Amino acid sequence: MTDNNRGIGEAVVRREDSRFLQGRGQYTDDMNLAGQLFACIVRSQHAHATINSIDGSAAMAMDGVVSVLTHEDFAAYGGVPCGWGVNNKDGSPMAEPKHPILAEGVARHVGDPVAVVIAESPIIARNAAEHVQVSYSELPAVVSMQQALDASAKPIHGDTESNLCFDWELGDREAVDQAIAGAHHVTKLELINNRLVPNAMEPRCAIGDYNSATGDHTLYTTSQNPHVIRLLMGAFVLQIPEHKLRVVSPDVGGGFGSKIYHYAEEAIVTVAAMKLGKPVKWTSDRTEAFISDAHGRDHITTVELALDREGNFLALRESTHANMGAYLSTFAPAVPTYLHSTLLAGQYRTPVIYAEVKAVFTNTVVVDAYRGAGRPEASYLVERVVETAAREMGIDPVELRRKNFIKSFPHDTPVALTYDSGDYAATLDQAMIASDYAGFEARRAEAKQRGKLRGIGIACYVEACGVAPSNIAGALGARAGLYEAATIRVNPTGSISVLTGSHSHGQGHETTFSQLVADKLGIDYDSIDVVHGDTNRIPFGMGTYGSRSLAVGGTAIVNAVDKIIAKGKKIAAHLLEASEADIEFENGEFRVAGTDKMKPFAEIALTAYVPHNFPLEELEPGLEETAFYDPKNFTFPAGTYVCEVEIDPDTGTTEIVSFHASDDFGRIINPMIVEGQVHGGLVQGIGQALLEGCVYDTDSGQLISGSYMDYTMPRADDVPSFSVDTCVTECTHNPLGVKGCGEAGAIGAPPAVMNAIIDALSDYNVRHLDMPATPNKIWSIIHKASAAAA
Amino acid sequence: MSVSVVMTVNGEVVAKHVEDRTLLVEFLREHLRLTGTHVGCDTSQCGACVVHANGKSLKSCTALAVQMDGAEITTIEGLANGDVLHPMQEAFRQNHGLQCGFCTPGMVMSAVDLVNENPDPSETEIREWLEGNICRCTGYHNIVKSISAGAKAMREGDPT
Amino acid sequence: MYEFSYHKASSLEDARSTLATAEDGKLLAGGMTLLPTMKQRLAAPTVLVDLTGIDMAGIEGKGDNIVVGAMTTHAAVASSSLVQQTIPALAALAEGIGDPQVRNRGTIGGSVANADPAADYPAALVGLGATVVTSKRSLSAEEFFTGMFETALAEDEIITAVSFPVPEAAAYQKFPNPASRYAIVGVFVAKTANGIRVAVTGAGGSVFRNAEMEQALASNFSPDAVKNIAVDSSGLNEDIHASAEYRAHLVGVMASRAVAAM
Repeated sequence: MTDNNRGIGEAVVRREDSRFLQGRGQYTDDMNLAGQLFACIVRSQHAHATINSIDGSAAMAMDGVVSVLTHEDFAAYGGVPCGWGVNNKDGSPMAEPKHPILAEGVARHVGDPVAVVIAESPIIARNAAEHVQVSYSELPAVVSMQQALDASAKPIHGDTESNLCFDWELGDREAVDQAIAGAHHVTKLELINNRLVPNAMEPRCAIGDYNSATGDHTLYTTSQNPHVIRLLMGAFVLQIPEHKLRVVSPDVGGGFGSKIYHYAEEAIVTVAAMKLGKPVKWTSDRTEAFISDAHGRDHITTVELALDREGNFLALRESTHANMGAYLSTFAPAVPTYLHSTLLAGQYRTPVIYAEVKAVFTNTVVVDAYRGAGRPEASYLVERVVETAAREMGIDPVELRRKNFIKSFPHDTPVALTYDSGDYAATLDQAMIASDYAGFEARRAEAKQRGKLRGIGIACYVEACGVAPSNIAGALGARAGLYEAATIRVNPTGSISVLTGSHSHGQGHETTFSQLVADKLGIDYDSIDVVHGDTNRIPFGMGTYGSRSLAVGGTAIVNAVDKIIAKGKKIAAHLLEASEADIEFENGEFRVAGTDKMKPFAEIALTAYVPHNFPLEELEPGLEETAFYDPKNFTFPAGTYVCEVEIDPDTGTTEIVSFHASDDFGRIINPMIVEGQVHGGLVQGIGQALLEGCVYDTDSGQLISGSYMDYTMPRADDVPSFSVDTCVTECTHNPLGVKGCGEAGAIGAPPAVMNAIIDALSDYNVRHLDMPATPNKIWSIIHKASAAAA
Repeated sequence: MSVSVVMTVNGEVVAKHVEDRTLLVEFLREHLRLTGTHVGCDTSQCGACVVHANGKSLKSCTALAVQMDGAEITTIEGLANGDVLHPMQEAFRQNHGLQCGFCTPGMVMSAVDLVNENPDPSETEIREWLEGNICRCTGYHNIVKSISAGAKAMREGDPT
Repeated sequence: MYEFSYHKASSLEDARSTLATAEDGKLLAGGMTLLPTMKQRLAAPTVLVDLTGIDMAGIEGKGDNIVVGAMTTHAAVASSSLVQQTIPALAALAEGIGDPQVRNRGTIGGSVANADPAADYPAALVGLGATVVTSKRSLSAEEFFTGMFETALAEDEIITAVSFPVPEAAAYQKFPNPASRYAIVGVFVAKTANGIRVAVTGAGGSVFRNAEMEQALASNFSPDAVKNIAVDSSGLNEDIHASAEYRAHLVGVMASRAVAAM
């Protein structure tokens, strides 16, 4: 029977919520294995130091301590690998220093793992960790990228010539230089995309287990992509073949990119469990998370936009320094390059674009993809420079954008992408109406009466999601493919297990994917189960990041369903004594076209498993199909965001008084979940714009914003409720027409907020302000301007 | 140093020996294996560990188990009435008030305490009350909506 | 946390004597600062003396004073109808401390004894000219707060109550740290029987009065009288959220807003 209420397009409440709402989820730290030991990591307290010696004897002497491990215990293994290679302008490969599991002679950031204590309880391990004597000789730390690239700076790695990781470029430099030189107007901005700490609410956790009789390893870990961990850790670090390594990611409490990567702690517990013959668990606390989870963003950019007299964009030039931190994390080189500079066209027809990106090693925690990953940085610089150009040229910022919109699709940008579909005027128009853009000046005047500075800002973003066509990714340096896999297992009674390589850590896949299958097969939603997060149960997977789960993973599911239907038709043709070509499948029924001869899906399933009357000569029994799907292109969600702020000039405090988001995510499967994704992304974007900033002491390399006492996490009273809507242009190259929605909010919100703040401060002659726009910064601007005027 | 504690947890009397330094959250998670109560920070700010002690919300990461000797504790596992979700749980489900689920137990327990104190909270009151509960997924929009709906259901005594 | 032994005191004398014999004893009231500090291993007492078993919670009117027992929670102060009627600014201040869970556990005695430079209560105590009553003596708030996390309390001295003279009018305005939500600057202004008092928390190493503002308000009790009084930023706190200059500026703004709210 068709489940009309829980198919594609319905706001189905989430099935995963029953367990989460009753405390019955199972996160990694909720698991304890019999005989389990506990690891505590001794981390460097110095940003840069030579490790002279490590003496674990005092720790080992303590009751309950089982082992103290140092670099030497991992000497047989490879380092933590990087999954993406980027070439320099001259074609030479990037500098790729070794990233040891435990620091080898030198500690390169505060938090760098130096030794591991394994004990019978977490508290014994932690106590003993304090008794591991590490003798350090401090070295000068390079904390900022400027310090790192200074001619006098020593390379922080012995195996690289300098602290430059790569110097990469994209686009036609000569054409851009010419266009800028001859332009009527050039707007130039220098801006910083502030470093962020992802802060998924569940701290990372890993449990290693080893069966010495079979040689089988199991790693339970808080990962967005267990198969990727199996590949990276198995093949590159520990040389464990896939069939001997099972990676399980159960319920995972948020990722936002920070749980994509293979981290040293996963290898540590895996090796320790093997050495000690007992399971070994490591659970991060929040303080540790701040100094060991990959951070995000951290770009310093100069951008120039050239325009003709009428405001047509002629060229855009970007020069960016991107902080890699002390080592190369899994995707780090891709973030400021292929996920960033390729988006510099934004929604515009800019004919020529040139980007150069220098990636830099510093004595800080690694930086990698965080919600949006490169695209927020691109959207921010494009939308800030466009806004600034409009102000400088006296053109309405909305009209300047509209004038330069890409209007026909497919569109080849000058930075390597082909946008397949979109209607940028539609999202803009919708946002203008929903936000009552036209009525803003009256609201500004009313606010002024109350002593408040009101401003409005818009941002028109585009992003590339559904990473990625493997052939393009491979050409761009990816060391893995980026397809997705799914298996549809039809059980004998017609219930279905969907085995997906996508991983849900908040996205609601169990609901959305069930909706897809219910809709496609015309069967009861409740008869479908979604299985994910276990390399032994799922055929393969590349995991969840880059808003790819529906566009890539969902398509793999749909393709596997199509294979099920195709086989079902063969079975039905046999049972109904008809030609296969005459069998139609609709609403869960296989029917001979134009007749009332029909077999329901459940009967076909049963026949496949009870093959008493089955075309065994043509078909094997069973009903289970697997599909791998590699997309032809990225998908290109886009939208317009409108933010209104009020600034209190006495304190510099910014309040977001309204925020509207109009997005084009292609076809929508579950609008409730999509809205939730937008809300969450918006607050991460607003957090970046107003609240969050990772601060290091530039002398010592100590992380100053190292806890929630200092790092401002957005809270409920920092943000408003939102107004969101969608327009639909379907993706042209996947069968669902879907584009992806997970990162949009974090991409579009920062420029919208900052443009609104600049607008609110228009009386104070402010051209630019770096994020986060804290009250202190805004007050300083107002104060200085007022002092100058007085 | 160890000490014996007796408390009522989700309606059941439990007696255990614990170390003096055992936190209530450790007692719940490790001694009673009630793993619905989570730990998301170490500075007593995130609120993933909120439970009720004698009917009031409390951060179980910032109380010693021994301090709770004799107390009545309710955790997220004890909120539903058998198979029937508490109205606040149901409201979170209906309004998509959770995504990854990690902050959710603390959010729900905190929300129930709010409504016990203030049966008809405004949006501003809800947002201010949640100062001690951090969510990274939802942007709070649907949490606020859920708590409004949950408050209404609690006022009306409607289990759905 | 490091190991310690927990002792639930049955009386003030029991608490005092346990503390006196302990190698490194600490009093535990609500524990809202002490327990997180111990979890972070920044404090390692060998003995914790829990005061919750001693009857020191409660609020009562005594003559022209409101006496708040040391173990009274912030939530109890915030919701007390007596406090709301007599010193609504104190109820509002308590309602703004931490989050609801902190207010359910944290106590006035614990907060005052901790003397955090960014805590709210010190501003109320100094602003209202309160008296801190201990197991040994009574002392004025200004005598009590001696510096950053420092008080006049002796090793074995225990706060039992805080007595607040009921003012003619009072108000407290806080500019919170966006992350910790402690006060970057909090200003408590009171019209008392002994004149106008302006107490500032968050800005300096410890709570302090601003005499210039008090004088200005004495001659012209209006927001404008204090808004533009320049506060010297030298010696004020500075961190990643607020410079000393910004804090100095905020003292004027918060003082002016407090006056406006009265």
